[in-house]
Amino acid sequence: MTRLSNDMVAHLRDLTEAPDLGGTRYAIVREIARGGMGVIYEADDRELQRRVALKVLALEVSSPQAQARILEEARTIARLDHPGIVPVHDAGALPDGRAWYAMKLVQGVTLREYASRDHSMADLLRIFLRVCETAAFAHAHGFIHRDIKPDNVMIGSFGEVFVMDWGVARPAGMTGGAEIAGTHGYMSPEQERGEDVDASADVYALGVMLEAMTARPARPLRAIIAMARNPERSQRYKDAGALAADLVRFLDGERVGAYREGMIGALTRLISKHRALVGLVAAYLVMRAIILLWGRV
Amino acid sequence: MSPLFPTTRRSVVLALASDDREERTRAFDTLVSLYWRPLYKYGRIASTHSPADCEDTTQSFFARLLENDALSGYDPAKGGFRTFLRVLYDRHSANEVKAAGRLKRGGGQRQLEFADAEAEIAAEAPQTSTPEEYFHREWVRSVFALAVDRLREETERAGKQTQFAIFEDYDLDHAGKLSYRDLAARFAIAETSVTNHLAAMRKQFREIVLDILREATASEQEFRSEARALLGVEP
Repeated sequence: MTRLSNDMVAHLRDLTEAPDLGGTRYAIVREIARGGMGVIYEADDRELQRRVALKVLALEVSSPQAQARILEEARTIARLDHPGIVPVHDAGALPDGRAWYAMKLVQGVTLREYASRDHSMADLLRIFLRVCETAAFAHAHGFIHRDIKPDNVMIGSFGEVFVMDWGVARPAGMTGGAEIAGTHGYMSPEQERGEDVDASADVYALGVMLEAMTARPARPLRAIIAMARNPERSQRYKDAGALAADLVRFLDGERVGAYREGMIGALTRLISKHRALVGLVAAYLVMRAIILLWGRV
Repeated sequence: MSPLFPTTRRSVVLALASDDREERTRAFDTLVSLYWRPLYKYGRIASTHSPADCEDTTQSFFARLLENDALSGYDPAKGGFRTFLRVLYDRHSANEVKAAGRLKRGGGQRQLEFADAEAEIAAEAPQTSTPEEYFHREWVRSVFALAVDRLREETERAGKQTQFAIFEDYDLDHAGKLSYRDLAARFAIAETSVTNHLAAMRKQFREIVLDILREATASEQEFRSEARALLGVEP
């Protein structure tokens, strides 16, 4: 048998795995990430002289079905033209049959990394709202992401928020079957059971994420989280848009739909919302009281 | 899930139990080609056995695999075939009766190049890794070496010796560190032909590597896991 040196083995390893991009305008720069279906590379677009991200079907899952799935993923992303979804530039097949597509290269960190650093609750909620808006856009166009989690959210260097990995996204009503897609811990109970899911499955995942991002949330926010991740899908927000709207109400100091507040709660909220006005009125009353008392002395 | 690349041979684990003698022989040959060197070297590093004892152990191990149907005990649900084989080897090594092992040497068996393997152990300084890591590294080497041999055979049969020679020169002898222009001059062909020949050889090589992995595994899941291990993702 041929004897191979360590250098030869390393080279053969690279050439076996590396996509053959001959005939395309792209050249591999480095591997960025590897998922169940594909490998993502940073690539050089020699035509437009810019860096792009190239997702190539992983060698070990190469099959006509997997190839179709990668191309379907590219088409799904291409249909969802939104600032929170990275645009697809190009798609094709390598000489060995593996499907690929090129998309915008996002320079940044995942939400998991971002949240592990010291950020204010307000900042994290701002990001969460961007994620909700992106999911809401997909829901409005009839798509369910099915794998929303902190690792699939990227925060760009200028604060841009992207929802990534639409590999298991499906049109609503076409999500059931033998294949259970998603990540354990973020999947709704019906998704774990392999049932047909709707937008409320993404709402459940968003609820799990929101809970992890908020330490000691206020009661109304706790109620929003509880409603989002209710095990019973009919009790959840119907889609990410409804969740986002309730969260905005919370941030604006308005009454949230998920929380039934009492008189004291409503009063506290109103005082908190109109803090400046309440402060002015209180200062005025105190002044009046002092003047009154001064007059009597 | 059906593979994108056509699978020309089935798993050696299944083929070794085949009624077809030719298929059994071919499967056994693949098994020996893939594993004798990694197992021998692993045995030398993991034990205090002398080279001669390890030679006996390795020869008798494969002889017993063929005779005793030991691979039928393999259950993919319990782990990968590669690990199963290494554990079997450990067990065999511990139980081996040296005399019996020596009796099984020769007699129509494939001659293994133990002296070469011994020289490689000395040159490779395996003390930098555990015996299991060394076994894994040698297994990777064996898969690629077998793939190179098969590519050579296939290209010879198809009369494509020049294509293989270009692949050998560029991807083996120079590990990709040669210019296409130099290759074109060396083989007196156009640079575009070098590109095309290399692309074709690499495609064929990739298919052969995947074929070998399919042979060396018993399930789609194990195949994927081994492919990742081979390509350095999950060593």
